[in-house]
Amino acid sequence: MSKEKFDYFINGEKGKYEVVIGLEVHAQVLSNSKLFSGSSTKFGADPNKQVSLIDSAFPGMLPVINEECVKQAVRTGLGLNAKINNYSVFDRKNYFYADLPQGYQISQYKNPIVGEGKVLLDMPYGSKEIGIERLHLEQDAGKSIHDMDPSSTYVDLNRSGIALMEIVSKPHLRSPDEVNAYIKKLRTIMRYLGTCDGNMQEGSLRADVNVSVRKVGDKNFGTRCEIKNVNSIKFMQMAIEYEANRQVELLEDGKEIDQETRLFDTKKNETRSMRSKEDAHDYRYFPDPDLLPLKLEQKLIDDLKKSLPELPDNKKERFIQEYGLNPYEANVLVSEKEISDYYEEVAKLSDKKLAATWMMGDLFAMLNDKGLNISNSPISAKNFAELVQSIKSGEISGRIAKEVFEIMVESGDNPKKIIESKGMKQQSDPKELEKMINEILSKNKDKVDQYKAGKEKLFGFFVGQVMKLSGGKANPQLTNEILKKLLKG
Amino acid sequence: MSNITNQSLSEILESIKSKKISSLELTQAYIKNIENAKKLNAFVTTTFDQALENAKKFDNKPNNEQLLSGVPLAVKDLFCTENVKTTAGSNILNNFVPSYESTVTKNLWNNGAFLLGKLNCDEFAMGSSNETSFFGNVINPIGDHLVPGGSSGGSSSALAADLTPATIGTDTGGSIRQPASFTGTVGLKPTYGLCSRWGIVAFASSLDQAGPMTKTVNDCSIMLEAMSGFDEKDSTSINKKKETYSKNLKDNIKGLKIGIPKEYRVDNMPKEIDELWEKGKKILKDLGAQLIDISLPHTKYALPTYYIVAPAEASSNLARYDGVRYGYRSQKGKDLIEMYENTRSEGFGDEVKRRILIGTYVLSSGYYDAYYLKAQKVRQLIKKDFDDSFTKVDAILTPSTPSSAFKIGEKTNDPVSMYLNDIFTVPVNLAGLPALSLPAGLDKQGYPLGLQLIGKALDEQKILNIGYAFEKNCGYKNEIKKWWS
Repeated sequence: MSKEKFDYFINGEKGKYEVVIGLEVHAQVLSNSKLFSGSSTKFGADPNKQVSLIDSAFPGMLPVINEECVKQAVRTGLGLNAKINNYSVFDRKNYFYADLPQGYQISQYKNPIVGEGKVLLDMPYGSKEIGIERLHLEQDAGKSIHDMDPSSTYVDLNRSGIALMEIVSKPHLRSPDEVNAYIKKLRTIMRYLGTCDGNMQEGSLRADVNVSVRKVGDKNFGTRCEIKNVNSIKFMQMAIEYEANRQVELLEDGKEIDQETRLFDTKKNETRSMRSKEDAHDYRYFPDPDLLPLKLEQKLIDDLKKSLPELPDNKKERFIQEYGLNPYEANVLVSEKEISDYYEEVAKLSDKKLAATWMMGDLFAMLNDKGLNISNSPISAKNFAELVQSIKSGEISGRIAKEVFEIMVESGDNPKKIIESKGMKQQSDPKELEKMINEILSKNKDKVDQYKAGKEKLFGFFVGQVMKLSGGKANPQLTNEILKKLLKG
Repeated sequence: MSNITNQSLSEILESIKSKKISSLELTQAYIKNIENAKKLNAFVTTTFDQALENAKKFDNKPNNEQLLSGVPLAVKDLFCTENVKTTAGSNILNNFVPSYESTVTKNLWNNGAFLLGKLNCDEFAMGSSNETSFFGNVINPIGDHLVPGGSSGGSSSALAADLTPATIGTDTGGSIRQPASFTGTVGLKPTYGLCSRWGIVAFASSLDQAGPMTKTVNDCSIMLEAMSGFDEKDSTSINKKKETYSKNLKDNIKGLKIGIPKEYRVDNMPKEIDELWEKGKKILKDLGAQLIDISLPHTKYALPTYYIVAPAEASSNLARYDGVRYGYRSQKGKDLIEMYENTRSEGFGDEVKRRILIGTYVLSSGYYDAYYLKAQKVRQLIKKDFDDSFTKVDAILTPSTPSSAFKIGEKTNDPVSMYLNDIFTVPVNLAGLPALSLPAGLDKQGYPLGLQLIGKALDEQKILNIGYAFEKNCGYKNEIKKWWS
């Protein structure tokens, strides 16, 4: 694979700027109940149906940590090659808002559960390591609904108290493409681990995006702006594009950048100021006296480490070694755990390389077309493997295979059965083929003469005729060989 | 039946068990007392119908195997009680009816008791005189011009006036022990974590602890046994085997070492407090205990430390009272911020506002290190002082308060002098230790004075035993004229 060069820069009149990006990703922990209460976390329930007395902050209610959420955070930390802190503390982040029942969010401030780690990105210009600053656990807030009534705001507390992991990157990202790769990689890792479903439509993954610019070669960072709560990769990329250019324009005009919190307006495709540094909240963090510090036994961490599934980076290496895939194929096939599982099942039963080609080609195109995932693919891995094997063995041609594939999608049937019942088996008997070809040549004497006179283009015409007569079942390779032989004679 | 209601809880339990009196008769007697004692303003809510119903139920099917069989109890209005209004003495909760029962009260009912009513207290337990309640001040049965102490002032007043056979309060900086001392009753603040905080309206989470208020030490051990216990719903609850304090109550304290901390002799302390302390020392010495002078050098920082830590936690704990989901909501204001401002301005009283402001200030960026963080460090030093002392002594004897009950209105305009009343009680909360306040004598005006026994963490049994021995030999008798009825 040829390596391209990194080239995301903004050219101004006064120089060339690079964009520095850091992300605070909020990932919803996969767990049945909330971080400090027994309420369900299921998405899509009617408003305020999954709210306990704790989530709605009734007098005298107390939080009790959900151990599963702690384990999920540890697993995620391990998946990010990060340091797990045996001692961490829950703090209260105090502010008033109608969808924040306690008047504070329980979060982790000075002592997070997970420390520094790293994530590897595969970029066209090579692999790049992105540092993780920390991961901490915190509660989600509820949702304020402003457009249901002209004079009132409605509040839905179903989300209130759901566990989030805030994953803070170091300012190592340099382009919207890297942000795209980073978010996808994080999501892949968490989905492998089963710690976050990564569903951005349902709000399971959101990010605050910190953007600054500086002239290429500058050692110091520029003043950054934080774009709050962006909930799709596309919007993150658009917001960064807009924000970086806005900052460069300011600098080019000799103006200063104000450190501030901004919002991305998805309709106007622009960021606008939400609050300046001076107006920043004073959250008055202090350790939550209702909760004891979280002390993790090393054994628990070690046990969780042992029980981790194979992660995408390792799996990719293994696919290259074990299945002879190239890095690009391996990358695509490990991008989702379900895809890699499907591939491995197919590869066990058929040609490994051909399986990869057909999966990444026809299968993915079909799934994409139908808006399906690999896990609800109409073609089972076993059937798909049989199809690949039929191609490999020469039982059917690639062209026929596409037809069989279509029928498999519609019927879910086994390819052998389809080939049998429709008589789609490839004609590979040289005698039969010779008979057929002689018949065609005798019918087209004029063309044979022209061919012999040097019009070699007509070879394709004869192949076409064979295919037509055989209903597309003639073995193309044999057909070629026999045609050549007979045309010579 | 001579006056059953001026007997101790254990005597009453005996009468119920031996069928000398029915639960219904007992309950009716208390209801009569309560109805005649409206002047004291000890109750915010009474639950007479419910109590009579429960009493009848008990009499029909008596179960005398329980610790509190057939006994009606009034409790501080800081404990959430299912379907019974719970106000915390505040306007902001004056219409709040919980759908749940606090763990501590549930423990009492599971031991055979039932609810008689909810007792007045300082607003959100912030006060030392029961003058900050939205429902008006409570009067000390000792004298119609005296405060009953606070914040469990309704509890102390009701107990001393025979309106409940025993009661429970909460103690964040002395709110059980000081009112017990002011009314000549027994009050225990247990080890932090011994009684669940679940369902108790929070004031300062790292200091709040529920405890019994009773007429005798034996009653205190019965109540503590009934109300305490591990609760998985409270992360700070201590997971340990339940103790049988009443069965193990012993009056032999021979050989025990009692620490006398020199720092508890404060400037301008009335002479009679000193004399009371001397008397206490003598009683314990005569019982065979050994007195040992000790030093708790950081005691003088306890009060300022407390008045940083407690308001800091309170400022955050009280943020939930915002008018959005329950409780009082102001009808004024054009947007969310104004609704908050008006609700909280109208819903909270002055003392609560003062503490929210102090707490918000000490947690603010730029001040956090200088106040909150430093206070937490000093708190560790105070705790260490006690830890060091308890390597040498079994318990510590101090006065409970620097004065007897003061006059209504006397300190309302001087918060610092009000706060100073907690000077002997707050160190114990900061260290999370158990402490028992015992009636020990009267001052020259005839007002009760208390002595405090401080124990090691989870050493309730030992201080109860010392208290039990002390009580038998002290000769204190609480004779209150029922001037109000």
